[in-house]
Amino acid sequence: MTKSPHLSRNNFVKGVVGILGTLMGVIVGLPAIGYLLSPALKIQTSESWIPLGPLDNYPVGEPTPFSFTRTKINGWEKATNSYGVYVLRKTETDTTVFSNICTHLSCRVSWHDDIVQYVCPCHDGHWNKDGAIVSGPQPRPLDTFENKVEDGNLFIHFVEG
Amino acid sequence: MANKAFAWLDERLGLTTIYNVVLDRKVPKVNWWFTLGSASAILFLLQGVTGMFLAVYYVPSPQSAYDSIQFIMNGVAFGWLIRGIHHWGASLMVIVVFLHMLRTFYYGAYKYPREFTWLTGVVLLLCTLGMGFTGYLLPWNQRAYWATTVGTELPGTVPLIGPFITNVLRGGAELSAVTLTRFFAVHIWFLPAVIGALIGVHIYMVVKLGISSVPDRED
Ligand code: HEM
Ligand code: FES
Repeated sequence: MTKSPHLSRNNFVKGVVGILGTLMGVIVGLPAIGYLLSPALKIQTSESWIPLGPLDNYPVGEPTPFSFTRTKINGWEKATNSYGVYVLRKTETDTTVFSNICTHLSCRVSWHDDIVQYVCPCHDGHWNKDGAIVSGPQPRPLDTFENKVEDGNLFIHFVEG
Repeated sequence: MANKAFAWLDERLGLTTIYNVVLDRKVPKVNWWFTLGSASAILFLLQGVTGMFLAVYYVPSPQSAYDSIQFIMNGVAFGWLIRGIHHWGASLMVIVVFLHMLRTFYYGAYKYPREFTWLTGVVLLLCTLGMGFTGYLLPWNQRAYWATTVGTELPGTVPLIGPFITNVLRGGAELSAVTLTRFFAVHIWFLPAVIGALIGVHIYMVVKLGISSVPDRED
């Protein structure tokens, strides 16, 4: 490049194109990133007490499944998601409610009466009746819900999002 | 360091050669009308990029098309901007491509040896119009629906094969989910692929032949 005190026409044009191009790229590029991230930034948490029916429906000492659905608007669509739990009444008054969501990578676990264990079909996770790990890749015991009994009805505290 | 890295790449990829041949090529003294081809190409890229972003949320089904676009407009950050650029860019591209054709026509740039450049240009213009036609249906609102009803009815007046053409365009006797998905596929895959390839040929011809100069009295 020649050491002229003046900016050549050629380099001036290159500079202007570079600056304008960057500017336009940023003006359109940043909103575009916001556009992609936006659904992740808008997740709202919701909580509610879900009724699981009379406590007397659940036999003592036997994990019993219960399922319920929740509707939710995802973007342009109203979706109905179903959730499953296992109610274990250890004694007449001591109840634990397990989530059926695997603590490994979120497949759904189910209770197997024959081996007296919860089993996850995805990577063969096993838990005992109390939700403690027996074997498998999962890092945690089964998750539980806070629960309460009102007028003989069982409720769990359900938090989403 | 950066210089060395560049030299290494350049030796293998021939970047400087590409730069010299494509961007630093000799051009006659011309005017602003000669920028319309590049403007068409930039608009095509802009439509491509904003279209990719729209496809992140748009659903080509009668049930969800309209709602998914409402979601883009009101539910997603800057959705209005992305859709706005794609919407206005579409009209602008048709205008700019058309003006570019007029400029090459009035300057006689279609003559030997550039007949083939002109020929690919004609197909590019038709494809650009096709993009407008297929894109117009996608919002699946009243205007889109009836515009496409009319637009697909028109070829029905062709003797003998007219009704058949209409049915092929619609994928059936009337507008339906089948029409929407085929318009969508043509809009985002078939036509962009053809346009992209033809722009390649078109610009290769321009670079290879050089552009024509502004005709003078002798021409
Ligand atoms: C997607 C649409 C199109 C794109 C992206 C495009 C792009 C370009 C570019 C970048 C040039 C270089 C010179 C200039 O900008 O004037 C060019 C030249 C040319 N284009 Fe197009 N073009 C398109 C459509 C058309 C159409 C519709 C026609 C005519 C039917 C056409 C005919 C020509 C001809 C004949 C030249 C040579 C001009 C010369 O050598 O002076 N193009 N085009
Ligand atoms: S997801 Fe349940 S074991 Fe991996």
